[in-house]
Amino acid sequence: MDDYRQLTIDSIRGGLERKRFSASELAREALRSARAENESSGIFLSFCEEKALRAADEVDRRLAAGEKVGPLAGVPTAVKDVIMTEGVKTTCASRMLENYTASYSATAVKAIEAAGAVIVGKTNCDEFAMGSSNENSAFRPVRNPAAPDRVPGGSSGGSAAAVAAGRAPIALGSDTGGSIRQPASFCGVVGAMPTYGRVSRFGLVAFASSLDRIGPFSRTVKDSAALLGVIAGRDPNDSTSAAVPAPDYAAALQTNVAGLRIGVPKEYFAEGLDAEVGAKVEAGIDRLRSLGCRITSISLPHTEYAVAAYYLICTAEAASNLARYDGVRYSRRSQRAETLADMYRNSRAESFGAEVTRRIILGTYVLSAGYYDAYYRKAQQVRSLIARDFAEAFAKVDAVAAPVSPFPAFRLGEKADDPLQMYLADLYTITASLAGIAGMSVPCGKSAEGLPIGMQILTDHFREQTMFDLGHAFEQAGGFAG
Amino acid sequence: MKITEKEVRYIAGLANLSLSDDDIKRYAADMERILEYVDKLNELDTSAIEPMVQVLRGDADALREDVLGESYAADKALQSAPLAGAGHFKVPRVIER
Repeated sequence: MDDYRQLTIDSIRGGLERKRFSASELAREALRSARAENESSGIFLSFCEEKALRAADEVDRRLAAGEKVGPLAGVPTAVKDVIMTEGVKTTCASRMLENYTASYSATAVKAIEAAGAVIVGKTNCDEFAMGSSNENSAFRPVRNPAAPDRVPGGSSGGSAAAVAAGRAPIALGSDTGGSIRQPASFCGVVGAMPTYGRVSRFGLVAFASSLDRIGPFSRTVKDSAALLGVIAGRDPNDSTSAAVPAPDYAAALQTNVAGLRIGVPKEYFAEGLDAEVGAKVEAGIDRLRSLGCRITSISLPHTEYAVAAYYLICTAEAASNLARYDGVRYSRRSQRAETLADMYRNSRAESFGAEVTRRIILGTYVLSAGYYDAYYRKAQQVRSLIARDFAEAFAKVDAVAAPVSPFPAFRLGEKADDPLQMYLADLYTITASLAGIAGMSVPCGKSAEGLPIGMQILTDHFREQTMFDLGHAFEQAGGFAG
Repeated sequence: MKITEKEVRYIAGLANLSLSDDDIKRYAADMERILEYVDKLNELDTSAIEPMVQVLRGDADALREDVLGESYAADKALQSAPLAGAGHFKVPRVIER
Protein backbone atom coordinates (compact mmCIF):
# COMPACT_ATOMS: atom_id res chain seq x y z
CA MET A 1 0.00 0.00 0.00
CA ASP A 2 1.06 3.60 -0.59
CA ASP A 3 2.15 5.43 2.54
CA TYR A 4 -1.13 5.55 4.45
CA ARG A 5 -0.27 8.90 5.99
CA GLN A 6 -0.01 10.59 2.59
CA LEU A 7 -3.33 9.41 1.14
CA THR A 8 -5.95 11.82 -0.17
CA ILE A 9 -9.48 11.25 -1.42
CA ASP A 10 -8.20 11.22 -5.02
CA SER A 11 -5.28 8.87 -4.36
CA ILE A 12 -7.58 6.47 -2.50
CA ARG A 13 -9.98 6.45 -5.44
CA GLY A 14 -7.04 5.83 -7.80
CA GLY A 15 -5.68 3.03 -5.62
CA LEU A 16 -9.08 1.31 -5.44
CA GLU A 17 -9.70 1.62 -9.18
CA ARG A 18 -6.25 0.31 -10.08
CA LYS A 19 -6.68 -2.44 -7.48
CA ARG A 20 -3.50 -1.42 -5.64
CA PHE A 21 -5.46 -2.04 -2.44
CA SER A 22 -9.01 -2.92 -1.48
CA ALA A 23 -11.24 -0.82 0.74
CA SER A 24 -11.06 -3.56 3.38
CA GLU A 25 -7.26 -3.55 3.34
CA LEU A 26 -7.32 0.21 3.63
CA ALA A 27 -9.82 0.09 6.50
CA ARG A 28 -7.64 -2.39 8.41
CA GLU A 29 -4.60 -0.19 7.88
CA ALA A 30 -6.64 2.84 8.99
CA LEU A 31 -7.80 1.10 12.17
CA ARG A 32 -4.27 -0.05 12.93
CA SER A 33 -3.00 3.48 12.40
CA ALA A 34 -5.79 5.00 14.49
CA ARG A 35 -5.04 2.69 17.41
CA ALA A 36 -1.27 3.25 17.22
CA GLU A 37 0.02 5.28 20.17
CA ASN A 38 -3.51 6.40 20.97
CA GLU A 39 -2.87 6.12 24.72
CA SER A 40 -0.25 8.86 24.51
CA SER A 41 -1.69 10.98 21.69
CA GLY A 42 -5.22 11.00 23.14
CA ILE A 43 -6.69 11.50 19.66
CA PHE A 44 -9.49 8.90 19.62
CA LEU A 45 -12.05 8.22 22.35
CA SER A 46 -13.46 5.14 20.61
CA PHE A 47 -12.99 3.07 17.47
CA CYS A 48 -15.67 1.84 15.09
CA GLU A 49 -14.07 -1.38 13.91
CA GLU A 50 -17.21 -3.30 12.97
CA LYS A 51 -18.87 -0.32 11.33
CA ALA A 52 -15.68 0.49 9.40
CA LEU A 53 -15.10 -3.02 8.10
CA ARG A 54 -18.75 -3.36 7.11
CA ALA A 55 -18.63 -0.07 5.19
CA ALA A 56 -15.38 -1.08 3.48
CA ASP A 57 -16.78 -4.48 2.49
CA GLU A 58 -19.72 -2.76 0.88
CA VAL A 59 -17.39 -0.53 -1.16
CA ASP A 60 -15.39 -3.59 -2.28
CA ARG A 61 -18.59 -5.44 -3.18
CA ARG A 62 -19.81 -2.54 -5.29
CA LEU A 63 -16.48 -2.12 -7.05
CA ALA A 64 -16.32 -5.85 -7.81
CA ALA A 65 -19.88 -5.76 -9.16
CA GLY A 66 -19.09 -2.74 -11.31
CA GLU A 67 -21.62 -0.60 -9.42
CA LYS A 68 -21.27 3.11 -8.85
CA VAL A 69 -19.51 4.17 -5.64
CA GLY A 70 -19.78 7.51 -3.85
CA PRO A 71 -17.24 10.36 -3.82
CA LEU A 72 -15.79 9.24 -0.45
CA ALA A 73 -15.68 5.52 -1.29
CA GLY A 74 -13.30 3.76 1.08
CA VAL A 75 -11.97 6.99 2.61
CA PRO A 76 -11.10 6.50 6.31
CA THR A 77 -12.78 9.29 8.26
CA ALA A 78 -12.53 10.43 11.88
CA VAL A 79 -15.61 11.99 13.47
CA LYS A 80 -15.62 14.37 16.44
CA ASP A 81 -17.36 12.81 19.42
CA VAL A 82 -20.05 15.52 19.58
CA ILE A 83 -21.53 14.18 16.32
CA MET A 84 -24.03 11.34 16.62
CA THR A 85 -23.10 7.96 15.10
CA GLU A 86 -25.82 5.35 15.44
CA GLY A 87 -24.82 2.29 17.44
CA VAL A 88 -21.52 3.87 18.49
CA LYS A 89 -20.69 5.72 21.69
CA THR A 90 -21.07 9.49 21.45
CA THR A 91 -19.72 10.98 24.67
CA CYS A 92 -19.02 14.66 23.89
CA ALA A 93 -15.87 13.97 25.96
CA SER A 94 -18.09 14.28 29.03
CA ARG A 95 -18.72 12.05 32.05
CA MET A 96 -22.36 12.96 31.50
CA LEU A 97 -22.51 10.83 28.33
CA GLU A 98 -19.72 8.40 29.19
CA ASN A 99 -21.94 5.38 28.51
CA TYR A 100 -24.22 6.88 25.90
CA THR A 101 -24.62 5.06 22.60
CA ALA A 102 -26.18 7.18 19.87
CA SER A 103 -29.63 6.00 18.85
CA TYR A 104 -29.46 7.74 15.49
CA SER A 105 -26.86 9.27 13.18
CA ALA A 106 -26.36 12.93 12.39
CA THR A 107 -27.44 13.97 8.90
CA ALA A 108 -23.79 14.76 8.09
CA VAL A 109 -22.77 11.25 9.20
CA LYS A 110 -25.50 9.66 7.09
CA ALA A 111 -24.28 11.76 4.14
CA ILE A 112 -20.65 10.66 4.40
CA GLU A 113 -21.69 7.04 4.91
CA ALA A 114 -23.91 7.21 1.83
CA ALA A 115 -20.88 8.62 -0.03
CA GLY A 116 -18.87 5.54 0.94
CA ALA A 117 -16.79 6.94 3.81
CA VAL A 118 -15.35 4.48 6.33
CA ILE A 119 -15.72 5.92 9.83
CA VAL A 120 -12.79 4.63 11.87
CA GLY A 121 -13.35 6.31 15.21
CA LYS A 122 -14.68 9.14 17.33
CA THR A 123 -12.25 11.88 18.22
CA ASN A 124 -11.49 13.57 21.50
CA CYS A 125 -12.48 17.19 22.08
CA ASP A 126 -13.19 19.70 24.80
CA GLU A 127 -16.22 18.65 26.84
CA PHE A 128 -19.37 19.53 24.86
CA ALA A 129 -17.04 21.45 22.48
CA MET A 130 -16.37 24.11 25.11
CA GLY A 131 -12.74 25.11 25.07
CA SER A 132 -9.80 26.12 22.91
CA SER A 133 -7.15 23.61 23.95
CA ASN A 134 -8.80 20.19 24.26
CA GLU A 135 -7.76 20.23 27.92
CA ASN A 136 -11.43 20.26 28.98
CA SER A 137 -11.94 16.68 27.81
CA ALA A 138 -13.19 14.67 30.79
CA PHE A 139 -11.09 11.72 29.65
CA ARG A 140 -7.64 12.89 28.58
CA PRO A 141 -5.91 15.72 26.75
CA VAL A 142 -4.76 15.44 23.13
CA ARG A 143 -1.14 16.10 22.28
CA ASN A 144 -0.19 18.22 19.29
CA PRO A 145 1.47 15.96 16.69
CA ALA A 146 3.93 18.75 15.83
CA ALA A 147 5.01 19.16 19.48
CA PRO A 148 3.78 16.59 22.02
CA ASP A 149 4.18 18.94 25.01
CA ARG A 150 1.70 21.34 23.41
CA VAL A 151 -2.06 21.45 22.96
CA PRO A 152 -3.62 20.68 19.56
CA GLY A 153 -6.08 23.55 19.99
CA GLY A 154 -9.76 23.06 20.50
CA SER A 155 -12.38 22.20 20.73
CA SER A 156 -11.96 19.80 17.75
CA GLY A 157 -8.40 18.96 18.83
CA GLY A 158 -8.73 15.22 18.22
CA SER A 159 -9.99 15.64 14.66
CA ALA A 160 -7.22 18.14 13.79
CA ALA A 161 -4.54 15.93 15.35
CA ALA A 162 -5.93 12.81 13.63
CA VAL A 163 -5.41 14.43 10.23
CA ALA A 164 -2.07 16.04 11.15
CA ALA A 165 -0.69 12.74 12.48
CA GLY A 166 -1.90 10.85 9.42
CA ARG A 167 -4.37 8.74 11.42
CA ALA A 168 -7.14 9.64 8.96
CA PRO A 169 -6.99 11.60 5.70
CA ILE A 170 -10.18 13.51 6.53
CA ALA A 171 -12.22 14.29 9.63
CA LEU A 172 -15.41 15.99 10.71
CA GLY A 173 -15.30 18.62 13.44
CA SER A 174 -17.56 21.34 14.72
CA ASP A 175 -16.94 25.07 15.01
CA THR A 176 -18.85 27.36 17.36
CA GLY A 177 -16.27 30.09 18.02
CA GLY A 178 -13.21 28.74 16.20
CA SER A 179 -13.26 25.06 17.14
CA ILE A 180 -12.31 23.88 13.63
CA ARG A 181 -10.13 26.75 12.45
CA GLN A 182 -7.96 27.20 15.56
CA PRO A 183 -6.97 23.52 15.97
CA ALA A 184 -6.38 23.31 12.20
CA SER A 185 -4.00 26.24 12.60
CA PHE A 186 -2.26 24.73 15.67
CA CYS A 187 -1.81 21.33 14.00
CA GLY A 188 -0.93 22.52 10.48
CA VAL A 189 -3.90 21.14 8.53
CA VAL A 190 -6.81 22.57 6.56
CA GLY A 191 -10.02 23.18 8.51
CA ALA A 192 -13.15 24.85 7.19
CA MET A 193 -16.20 26.31 8.88
CA PRO A 194 -19.02 26.62 6.34
CA THR A 195 -21.69 29.30 6.36
CA TYR A 196 -24.25 28.94 9.17
CA GLY A 197 -27.04 26.75 7.77
CA ARG A 198 -24.87 25.27 5.00
CA VAL A 199 -24.65 21.90 6.80
CA SER A 200 -27.46 20.39 8.85
CA ARG A 201 -26.92 20.48 12.61
CA PHE A 202 -29.25 17.51 13.11
CA GLY A 203 -27.31 15.07 15.28
CA LEU A 204 -24.65 17.59 16.25
CA VAL A 205 -24.98 17.69 20.04
CA ALA A 206 -26.05 21.27 20.68
CA PHE A 207 -23.74 23.74 22.41
CA ALA A 208 -24.80 27.16 21.06
CA SER A 209 -27.42 26.64 18.40
CA SER A 210 -27.10 30.00 16.63
CA LEU A 211 -23.35 29.44 16.20
CA ASP A 212 -22.71 25.67 15.90
CA ARG A 213 -21.53 24.31 12.53
CA ILE A 214 -20.14 21.01 11.29
CA GLY A 215 -17.16 21.24 8.94
CA PRO A 216 -14.22 19.35 7.43
CA PHE A 217 -10.54 18.81 8.25
CA SER A 218 -8.01 17.51 5.71
CA ARG A 219 -4.42 17.84 4.56
CA THR A 220 -5.37 19.45 1.24
CA VAL A 221 -7.89 22.16 0.42
CA LYS A 222 -9.39 19.96 -2.28
CA ASP A 223 -10.27 17.26 0.26
CA SER A 224 -12.03 19.75 2.54
CA ALA A 225 -13.93 21.06 -0.49
CA ALA A 226 -14.94 17.51 -1.42
CA LEU A 227 -16.03 16.63 2.12
CA LEU A 228 -18.08 19.82 2.50
CA GLY A 229 -19.71 19.11 -0.88
CA VAL A 230 -20.93 15.78 0.51
CA ILE A 231 -22.38 17.13 3.79
CA ALA A 232 -23.81 20.46 2.56
CA GLY A 233 -27.49 20.99 1.86
CA ARG A 234 -30.98 21.52 3.19
CA ASP A 235 -32.27 19.04 5.77
CA PRO A 236 -35.91 19.03 6.91
CA ASN A 237 -34.66 17.92 10.34
CA ASP A 238 -32.84 21.24 10.83
CA SER A 239 -35.11 24.21 10.20
CA THR A 240 -32.08 26.54 10.15
CA SER A 241 -30.41 24.63 7.32
CA ALA A 242 -30.53 26.68 4.14
CA ALA A 243 -32.33 25.76 0.93
CA VAL A 244 -29.37 26.98 -1.11
CA PRO A 245 -28.06 24.51 -3.70
CA ALA A 246 -24.70 22.99 -2.72
CA PRO A 247 -22.24 22.99 -5.60
CA ASP A 248 -19.55 20.35 -6.10
CA TYR A 249 -16.84 22.54 -4.61
CA ALA A 250 -13.98 20.14 -5.38
CA ALA A 251 -14.89 19.74 -9.06
CA ALA A 252 -15.25 23.51 -9.48
CA LEU A 253 -11.92 24.39 -7.81
CA GLN A 254 -9.95 27.14 -9.58
CA THR A 255 -6.28 27.93 -9.33
CA ASN A 256 -6.75 31.22 -11.16
CA VAL A 257 -7.62 33.71 -8.46
CA ALA A 258 -6.24 36.78 -10.27
CA GLY A 259 -8.43 39.81 -9.77
CA LEU A 260 -10.07 38.64 -6.55
CA ARG A 261 -10.16 41.43 -3.99
CA ILE A 262 -8.78 40.51 -0.56
CA GLY A 263 -9.43 42.71 2.47
CA VAL A 264 -6.88 42.77 5.27
CA PRO A 265 -8.57 44.03 8.46
CA LYS A 266 -6.24 46.29 10.40
CA GLU A 267 -7.87 45.32 13.73
CA TYR A 268 -6.49 41.77 13.33
CA PHE A 269 -2.88 42.91 13.15
CA ALA A 270 -2.93 45.12 16.25
CA GLU A 271 -1.63 44.66 19.78
CA GLY A 272 -1.56 41.10 21.06
CA LEU A 273 -0.61 39.39 17.81
CA ASP A 274 2.59 37.33 18.10
CA ALA A 275 5.24 38.83 15.78
CA GLU A 276 6.11 35.52 14.11
CA VAL A 277 2.44 34.72 13.46
CA GLY A 278 1.94 38.21 12.04
CA ALA A 279 4.97 37.88 9.75
CA LYS A 280 3.88 34.49 8.40
CA VAL A 281 0.32 35.65 7.72
CA GLU A 282 1.65 38.80 6.01
CA ALA A 283 3.91 36.60 3.87
CA GLY A 284 0.85 34.50 3.01
CA ILE A 285 -1.05 37.61 1.96
CA ASP A 286 1.95 38.61 -0.20
CA ARG A 287 1.71 35.25 -1.91
CA LEU A 288 -1.95 35.88 -2.67
CA ARG A 289 -0.88 39.22 -4.12
CA SER A 290 1.67 37.46 -6.31
CA LEU A 291 -1.18 35.25 -7.58
CA GLY A 292 -2.88 38.38 -8.87
CA CYS A 293 -5.22 39.10 -5.95
CA ARG A 294 -5.87 42.77 -5.20
CA ILE A 295 -5.02 43.39 -1.56
CA THR A 296 -6.66 46.28 0.26
CA SER A 297 -6.65 47.38 3.86
CA ILE A 298 -10.10 47.33 5.46
CA SER A 299 -11.59 48.04 8.86
CA LEU A 300 -13.96 45.84 10.87
CA PRO A 301 -14.50 48.43 13.59
CA HIS A 302 -16.45 46.36 16.13
CA THR A 303 -13.90 43.54 16.32
CA GLU A 304 -12.82 44.44 19.86
CA TYR A 305 -16.35 43.76 21.16
CA ALA A 306 -16.64 40.29 19.65
CA VAL A 307 -15.27 38.25 22.56
CA ALA A 308 -17.62 39.92 25.06
CA ALA A 309 -20.68 39.48 22.84
CA TYR A 310 -19.75 35.90 21.99
CA TYR A 311 -19.28 34.70 25.55
CA LEU A 312 -22.65 36.13 26.56
CA ILE A 313 -24.48 34.57 23.62
CA CYS A 314 -22.77 31.19 23.64
CA THR A 315 -23.10 30.71 27.40
CA ALA A 316 -26.77 31.70 27.35
CA GLU A 317 -27.46 29.20 24.58
CA ALA A 318 -25.33 26.56 26.28
CA ALA A 319 -27.19 26.94 29.57
CA SER A 320 -30.47 26.36 27.72
CA ASN A 321 -29.20 23.48 25.59
CA LEU A 322 -27.52 21.63 28.44
CA ALA A 323 -30.68 21.74 30.58
CA ARG A 324 -31.61 18.46 28.84
CA TYR A 325 -28.98 16.51 30.80
CA ASP A 326 -31.22 15.53 33.67
CA GLY A 327 -30.11 12.00 34.54
CA VAL A 328 -33.42 10.61 33.29
CA ARG A 329 -33.35 9.82 29.59
CA TYR A 330 -29.80 9.20 28.44
CA SER A 331 -27.27 10.89 30.68
CA ARG A 332 -25.46 9.68 33.77
CA ARG A 333 -27.45 9.53 37.00
CA SER A 334 -25.92 10.24 40.39
CA GLN A 335 -26.00 7.53 43.04
CA ARG A 336 -27.17 10.25 45.40
CA ALA A 337 -30.70 10.51 44.03
CA GLU A 338 -33.22 10.01 46.79
CA THR A 339 -35.50 12.75 45.56
CA LEU A 340 -36.12 13.95 42.03
CA ALA A 341 -34.56 17.36 42.77
CA ASP A 342 -31.45 15.77 44.29
CA MET A 343 -31.19 13.49 41.31
CA TYR A 344 -31.09 16.46 38.92
CA ARG A 345 -28.72 18.57 40.99
CA ASN A 346 -26.28 15.83 41.91
CA SER A 347 -26.26 14.17 38.48
CA ARG A 348 -25.44 17.49 36.84
CA ALA A 349 -22.89 18.68 39.39
CA GLU A 350 -21.04 15.35 39.42
CA SER A 351 -21.01 14.88 35.65
CA PHE A 352 -20.16 18.30 34.17
CA GLY A 353 -16.55 19.48 34.20
CA ALA A 354 -15.42 22.88 35.44
CA GLU A 355 -15.59 24.79 32.14
CA VAL A 356 -19.03 23.46 31.25
CA THR A 357 -20.29 24.31 34.75
CA ARG A 358 -18.77 27.79 34.50
CA ARG A 359 -20.57 28.42 31.21
CA ILE A 360 -23.90 27.09 32.46
CA ILE A 361 -23.70 29.39 35.48
CA LEU A 362 -22.72 32.42 33.42
CA GLY A 363 -25.38 31.66 30.81
CA THR A 364 -28.08 31.12 33.42
CA TYR A 365 -27.10 34.41 35.04
CA VAL A 366 -27.25 36.48 31.83
CA LEU A 367 -30.68 35.04 31.00
CA SER A 368 -32.08 35.46 34.50
CA ALA A 369 -34.77 37.98 35.39
CA GLY A 370 -33.47 41.53 35.45
CA TYR A 371 -30.29 40.81 33.46
CA TYR A 372 -31.63 39.70 30.09
CA ASP A 373 -31.68 43.16 28.51
CA ALA A 374 -28.36 44.25 29.97
CA TYR A 375 -26.49 41.19 28.79
CA TYR A 376 -28.18 38.90 26.29
CA ARG A 377 -30.09 41.53 24.32
CA LYS A 378 -27.09 43.86 24.38
CA ALA A 379 -24.86 41.09 23.04
CA GLN A 380 -27.36 40.33 20.26
CA GLN A 381 -27.32 44.01 19.27
CA VAL A 382 -23.52 44.02 19.16
CA ARG A 383 -23.71 40.84 17.11
CA SER A 384 -25.74 42.83 14.56
CA LEU A 385 -22.97 45.43 14.43
CA ILE A 386 -20.30 42.77 13.86
CA ALA A 387 -22.39 41.19 11.08
CA ARG A 388 -22.82 44.64 9.56
CA ASP A 389 -19.04 45.22 9.61
CA PHE A 390 -18.63 42.11 7.44
CA ALA A 391 -21.58 42.94 5.17
CA GLU A 392 -20.01 46.33 4.47
CA ALA A 393 -16.59 44.76 3.90
CA PHE A 394 -17.97 42.18 1.47
CA ALA A 395 -19.51 44.96 -0.60
CA LYS A 396 -15.92 45.94 -1.40
CA VAL A 397 -13.89 42.71 -1.23
CA ASP A 398 -14.38 39.04 -2.17
CA ALA A 399 -12.58 37.64 0.86
CA VAL A 400 -10.85 38.65 4.08
CA ALA A 401 -7.40 37.33 5.05
CA ALA A 402 -6.32 37.33 8.69
CA PRO A 403 -4.55 35.35 11.39
CA VAL A 404 -6.45 32.47 13.07
CA SER A 405 -4.95 32.67 16.54
CA PRO A 406 -2.76 35.36 18.12
CA PHE A 407 -0.09 32.73 18.87
CA PRO A 408 0.95 29.19 17.86
CA ALA A 409 0.13 26.13 20.00
CA PHE A 410 0.85 26.68 23.69
CA ARG A 411 2.05 24.17 26.28
CA LEU A 412 -0.36 21.81 28.00
CA GLY A 413 -1.43 23.44 31.25
CA GLU A 414 0.04 26.83 30.34
CA LYS A 415 -3.27 28.68 30.16
CA ALA A 416 -5.57 26.26 31.93
CA ASP A 417 -6.03 28.38 35.09
CA ASP A 418 -7.27 31.56 33.48
CA PRO A 419 -10.59 31.21 31.65
CA LEU A 420 -10.78 34.87 30.62
CA GLN A 421 -7.32 34.82 28.99
CA MET A 422 -8.32 31.66 27.14
CA TYR A 423 -11.51 33.36 25.89
CA LEU A 424 -9.63 36.46 24.72
CA ALA A 425 -7.43 34.31 22.46
CA ASP A 426 -10.51 33.41 20.39
CA LEU A 427 -10.83 36.97 19.07
CA TYR A 428 -9.90 36.35 15.42
CA THR A 429 -12.22 33.37 14.94
CA ILE A 430 -15.23 34.52 16.95
CA THR A 431 -16.13 37.38 14.60
CA ALA A 432 -16.94 35.09 11.66
CA SER A 433 -18.88 32.82 14.00
CA LEU A 434 -21.08 35.71 15.12
CA ALA A 435 -21.58 36.95 11.55
CA GLY A 436 -22.52 33.47 10.28
CA ILE A 437 -20.03 33.70 7.38
CA ALA A 438 -17.62 31.03 6.08
CA GLY A 439 -14.03 30.72 7.24
CA MET A 440 -11.08 28.41 6.71
CA SER A 441 -7.61 27.95 8.17
CA VAL A 442 -4.86 26.99 5.75
CA PRO A 443 -1.28 26.27 6.84
CA CYS A 444 1.02 29.20 6.03
CA GLY A 445 4.29 28.15 7.57
CA LYS A 446 5.91 27.40 10.89
CA SER A 447 7.43 29.34 13.75
CA ALA A 448 11.18 29.16 14.44
CA GLU A 449 10.33 26.42 16.96
CA GLY A 450 8.58 24.44 14.24
CA LEU A 451 5.02 25.16 15.37
CA PRO A 452 2.41 25.36 12.59
CA ILE A 453 0.78 28.71 11.82
CA GLY A 454 -2.50 29.10 9.94
CA MET A 455 -3.91 31.85 7.78
CA GLN A 456 -7.62 32.49 7.91
CA ILE A 457 -9.64 33.12 4.74
CA LEU A 458 -13.17 34.43 5.31
CA THR A 459 -15.91 34.79 2.71
CA ASP A 460 -19.51 35.98 2.77
CA HIS A 461 -22.54 33.73 3.29
CA PHE A 462 -22.52 30.80 0.83
CA ARG A 463 -19.29 31.96 -0.85
CA GLU A 464 -17.36 28.84 0.17
CA GLN A 465 -16.24 28.29 -3.43
CA THR A 466 -14.21 31.52 -3.38
CA MET A 467 -12.74 30.52 -0.01
CA PHE A 468 -11.69 27.11 -1.34
CA ASP A 469 -10.36 28.58 -4.62
CA LEU A 470 -8.12 30.99 -2.71
CA GLY A 471 -6.90 28.25 -0.35
CA HIS A 472 -6.30 25.85 -3.23
CA ALA A 473 -4.42 28.43 -5.32
CA PHE A 474 -2.36 29.33 -2.24
CA GLU A 475 -1.54 25.67 -1.61
CA GLN A 476 -0.68 24.97 -5.26
CA ALA A 477 1.65 27.98 -5.28
CA GLY A 478 3.58 26.44 -2.40
CA GLY A 479 1.92 28.45 0.32
CA PHE A 480 1.64 25.55 2.75
CA ALA A 481 5.41 25.14 2.75
CA GLY A 482 5.62 28.67 4.14
CA MET B 1 -19.56 44.55 39.29
CA LYS B 2 -19.55 42.54 42.51
CA ILE B 3 -20.90 38.99 42.28
CA THR B 4 -21.74 37.56 45.68
CA GLU B 5 -21.59 33.91 46.64
CA LYS B 6 -25.27 34.17 47.47
CA GLU B 7 -26.02 35.14 43.85
CA VAL B 8 -23.99 32.24 42.47
CA ARG B 9 -25.77 29.86 44.86
CA TYR B 10 -29.11 31.18 43.59
CA ILE B 11 -28.04 30.82 39.93
CA ALA B 12 -26.69 27.30 40.56
CA GLY B 13 -30.12 26.47 41.99
CA LEU B 14 -31.82 27.74 38.83
CA ALA B 15 -29.46 25.61 36.76
CA ASN B 16 -30.01 22.54 38.98
CA LEU B 17 -26.38 22.23 40.02
CA SER B 18 -25.48 21.30 43.60
CA LEU B 19 -22.10 22.95 44.09
CA SER B 20 -19.70 22.82 47.03
CA ASP B 21 -18.81 25.99 48.92
CA ASP B 22 -15.37 25.97 47.32
CA ASP B 23 -16.91 25.74 43.85
CA ILE B 24 -19.30 28.59 44.63
CA LYS B 25 -16.38 30.76 45.71
CA ARG B 26 -14.38 29.93 42.59
CA TYR B 27 -17.24 30.51 40.13
CA ALA B 28 -18.15 33.78 41.86
CA ALA B 29 -14.59 35.01 41.30
CA ASP B 30 -14.55 33.81 37.66
CA MET B 31 -17.92 35.40 36.96
CA GLU B 32 -16.91 38.67 38.46
CA ARG B 33 -13.88 38.91 36.18
CA ILE B 34 -15.80 37.85 33.09
CA LEU B 35 -18.71 40.21 33.74
CA GLU B 36 -16.28 43.04 34.40
CA TYR B 37 -14.77 42.37 30.99
CA VAL B 38 -18.09 42.14 29.10
CA ASP B 39 -19.04 45.53 30.56
CA LYS B 40 -17.05 46.95 27.66
CA LEU B 41 -20.15 46.40 25.50
CA ASN B 42 -21.62 49.41 27.27
CA GLU B 43 -19.10 51.62 25.44
CA LEU B 44 -21.37 51.14 22.43
CA ASP B 45 -24.66 52.97 22.04
CA THR B 46 -26.92 50.27 20.62
CA SER B 47 -30.25 51.97 21.30
CA ALA B 48 -31.04 52.08 17.56
CA ILE B 49 -29.68 48.60 16.72
CA GLU B 50 -31.95 45.59 16.25
CA PRO B 51 -30.74 42.45 18.06
CA MET B 52 -29.57 39.73 15.67
CA VAL B 53 -32.13 36.98 16.16
CA GLN B 54 -31.69 35.33 12.75
CA VAL B 55 -28.24 34.47 11.47
CA LEU B 56 -29.00 34.44 7.75
CA ARG B 57 -30.24 37.51 5.96
CA GLY B 58 -33.57 36.89 4.27
CA ASP B 59 -35.00 33.56 3.31
CA ALA B 60 -35.34 31.46 6.44
CA ASP B 61 -37.35 28.44 5.38
CA ALA B 62 -38.54 27.44 8.82
CA LEU B 63 -42.21 26.69 8.33
CA ARG B 64 -43.47 23.28 7.34
CA GLU B 65 -46.71 21.33 7.26
CA ASP B 66 -47.55 19.66 10.57
CA VAL B 67 -47.56 16.07 9.45
CA LEU B 68 -46.77 12.91 11.36
CA GLY B 69 -43.30 11.64 10.50
CA GLU B 70 -40.98 8.83 11.43
CA SER B 71 -40.37 8.46 15.15
CA TYR B 72 -38.41 6.21 17.46
CA ALA B 73 -39.67 3.03 18.98
CA ALA B 74 -40.01 3.23 22.75
CA ASP B 75 -37.34 0.59 23.39
CA LYS B 76 -34.87 2.57 21.31
CA ALA B 77 -35.65 5.76 23.20
CA LEU B 78 -35.16 3.89 26.47
CA GLN B 79 -31.93 2.11 25.55
CA SER B 80 -29.62 4.68 27.14
CA ALA B 81 -31.77 5.48 30.17
CA PRO B 82 -29.98 4.99 33.49
CA LEU B 83 -33.13 3.35 34.86
CA ALA B 84 -36.11 2.12 32.84
CA GLY B 85 -38.79 -0.49 33.07
CA ALA B 86 -42.19 -1.47 31.66
CA GLY B 87 -41.69 0.91 28.75
CA HIS B 88 -41.03 3.95 30.93
CA PHE B 89 -38.18 6.04 32.29
CA LYS B 90 -37.89 5.53 36.02
CA VAL B 91 -37.19 8.36 38.43
CA PRO B 92 -37.23 8.72 42.23
CA ARG B 93 -40.66 9.09 43.74
CA VAL B 94 -42.14 12.52 43.03
CA ILE B 95 -45.35 12.44 45.10
CA GLU B 96 -45.48 10.81 48.50
CA ARG B 97 -48.44 8.57 49.21
